[in-house]
Amino acid sequence: MGKKLLLEHDHVPGIQGYDVYRKNGGYASVEKAIKTMSPEALVEEVKKSGLRGRGGAGFPTGMKWSFLAKPEGVPRYLVCNADESEPGTFKDRYLMSRIPHILVEGMIASSFALGVNKAFIYIRGEYYYIVNILEKAIEEAYANGWLGTNILGTGYNLDLYVQVGAGAYICGEETALLESLEGKRGNPRIKPPFPAIAGLYGCPTVVNNVETLASVVPVINMGGDAYAQIGIGKSTGTKLISASGHINKPGVYEIEMGITVEDFIYSDEYCGGILNGKKLKAVVAGGSSVPVLPADKILNLANGEKRLMSYESLSDGGFGGGTMLGSGGFIVMDETTSIVENLFTFARFYHHESCGQCSPCREGTAWMEKILHKIVDGHGTMADIDLLWEIQAKIEGNTICPLGDAAAWPVASAIRHFRSEFEEYVSNPSGVKKNKHYDSVHNNVNV
Amino acid sequence: MAKVTIDGRSIEVPDGTTILQAARMIGPEVAPPTMCFYSKLKTSGGYCRTCLVEVTKGSEKDPRPMPKLVASCRTTVMDGMEVGNNSSPKVKEARKGVVEFLLLNHPLDCPICDQAGECHLQDLSYEHGSSKTRTDFERRTYNKIDIGEKIQLHMTRCILCYRCVKVANQITDGRVHGVMNRGDHSEISTYVEQAIDNDFSGNVIDVCPVGALTDKTFRFKSRVWFTKPMLANRSCDKCCGKVNLWYKGEEVLRVTGRKDQWGEVEEFICNTCRFDKKNTSDWTIEGPTPVDRHSVISANHYEVLTKPSVIHLNDIKPLPLKEGNKI
Ligand SMILES: Cc1cc2nc3c(=O)[nH]c(=O)nc-3n(C[C@H](O)[C@H](O)[C@H](O)COP(=O)(O)O)c2cc1C
Ligand code: SF4
Ligand code: SF4
Ligand code: FES
Repeated sequence: MGKKLLLEHDHVPGIQGYDVYRKNGGYASVEKAIKTMSPEALVEEVKKSGLRGRGGAGFPTGMKWSFLAKPEGVPRYLVCNADESEPGTFKDRYLMSRIPHILVEGMIASSFALGVNKAFIYIRGEYYYIVNILEKAIEEAYANGWLGTNILGTGYNLDLYVQVGAGAYICGEETALLESLEGKRGNPRIKPPFPAIAGLYGCPTVVNNVETLASVVPVINMGGDAYAQIGIGKSTGTKLISASGHINKPGVYEIEMGITVEDFIYSDEYCGGILNGKKLKAVVAGGSSVPVLPADKILNLANGEKRLMSYESLSDGGFGGGTMLGSGGFIVMDETTSIVENLFTFARFYHHESCGQCSPCREGTAWMEKILHKIVDGHGTMADIDLLWEIQAKIEGNTICPLGDAAAWPVASAIRHFRSEFEEYVSNPSGVKKNKHYDSVHNNVNV
Repeated sequence: MAKVTIDGRSIEVPDGTTILQAARMIGPEVAPPTMCFYSKLKTSGGYCRTCLVEVTKGSEKDPRPMPKLVASCRTTVMDGMEVGNNSSPKVKEARKGVVEFLLLNHPLDCPICDQAGECHLQDLSYEHGSSKTRTDFERRTYNKIDIGEKIQLHMTRCILCYRCVKVANQITDGRVHGVMNRGDHSEISTYVEQAIDNDFSGNVIDVCPVGALTDKTFRFKSRVWFTKPMLANRSCDKCCGKVNLWYKGEEVLRVTGRKDQWGEVEEFICNTCRFDKKNTSDWTIEGPTPVDRHSVISANHYEVLTKPSVIHLNDIKPLPLKEGNKI
């Protein structure tokens, strides 16, 4: 069994409630932090731990915290990003609904480290049922003196609020989230300035993912150095992976970074192999935005070594031959999956979710969806495949926020690795659909 | 001060200047095209992406190039920065893409659009676009909406540059005008089609780079190249009172703010000056508005440079469009 830091007590009955959580070592990190450590020492500890943002970009958390501006007389804010809307990603939902107190605990310790007296959890509207769970946990934390004024008699004050979004993927982008939290239309801001300088209401703000803030708990409990011992290279600690698709055991798994992808897919501890004994065709390893990789490339690196579940190993090979750990939304597709149809689904999503501020993303996402629709409807041409390629290339890197890139990468990688399948689709659409024979090249690969 | 080099030409500018402003100071040859930036509106720019440039050297201190193209209207210069605009093949390629995106849903019916002849999108596509379209999908269309009595919105032509939204935010009060919906369903609108009832609402017409927001008191009265702009002023208790009067014959067809070299108004004007003062007698005429020789409006060369109260404008026939003139 791999090491569990976040889900260690997942199966303890009643862990959702305060008493059981506390009995199992809950809130020890807050005690340790507030009573025995200085905010600076805490930031240092998080730096040492090598903890990286779990929201998608993998930015080192300690470094992000040290960028926070601290002008006199200006409040600072901590905002937890619980907008989790990336297709394939459902780890934050699992954590918050089962062990809500670990997020509350992590946020109290983090707020203390950052000198924050007001913190917010911004949660997507579709998670309304989790809002009740979180609010109950927060209420319990207030009742037991972990929140409010004069926490643990130290004079430290903290209020924690839950704000519900209206259900827009773009509000997960941190600056759009801040706009939405301020009550405005959720359009990403043009950066700079970054939130660390001018965030919520123009004040210095740290935005972190749910899992990142929860991971601060084990970092403080065990110490940064010990945390950094877990995992591999610059991918320290454990990561929640939400696995879905054609696998025997879909679900949320906490893995120690560094296990092989093959192990993750085939071992009984995790995904338990491909459903119905079918062959693996492709994997989208980190949420719909990251490049899709065919079976041989996701399992093995170009040099023949096995690919690992870590930030570095998954991105090995760059954009041509690698992908990204992203948010940990691990989508597995077997040989019966049509990459073209899957891409159409993704393209529809990005078209629907683009905020529409910048022209390449607003127009490009809609255009790509239309072309893919045409192909899936059986009216595509070879020229459409090239056009798709060119459109994604004109979006990527030319937009305000990374949603443009996130819409471009799936298209680029699908065409790069599965071009033959697109060609089969446009040259013989009815045959392809009738026989579910999507791709002669990749379906014959023996893995 | 910071020294910046754009397309091989250098200039010293105060710290905090944007690449776009520096380029404009050097001259129009190196100035990137803009569709959403508007110097008179705070926080404008960054949306359309036509002004993207390549920073090949970050600064003297940190000479690394920037990894992506940047919006020149929202990026400040650093000392020693080197920038490629027209000289950068990457920029040319990206800009062509942006033009294609902007035109993707834009109706190409300039002959029936009121903005033709003074449309920034026409200029942009002429200079930076491609002559072919690669889409055969149906274009997005909307019904026309009246925003009050004097202004008409035709979303079908809108390129979502956000300029009118900034006008509503910054120079009118009790804002009801903004963007609704998302992505390519985004729509400029007023809250339940409420009129923007404000002395300065008419400025949304001037800032609109395309024919999406037009002056209903002028709509379809004339093609702009058959009208002649005259600088005029009046003392107004609400605004600067400095305007352009657009004459056809002796008749003032419309009143607009005065625009600078970059097509941006110098000062915003009030609705009284714009909609209610359409007689020559309301105004002190200063003389003909200098018109860039590239503009189609200059097709109608002035033969006599005297005040309209003295001459009979009806006698002056507009010249036909010459080949090579930009539309
Ligand atoms: C379109 C878009 C959607 C995003 N959605 C989320 C999200 O749902 N949850 C999240 O934690 N981060 C999301 N991010 C990343 C955030 O912008 C930000 O990087 C993250 O919250 C930082 O937290 P971390 O450093 O703890 O990962 C999104 C980014 C983009 C561009
Ligand atoms: S890239 Fe897309 S989502 Fe991001 S700001 Fe631009 S239009 Fe909005
Ligand atoms: S209506 Fe005109 S000014 Fe307003 S966003 Fe559209 S194009 Fe820009
Ligand atoms: S003018 Fe700079 S992005 Fe539009």
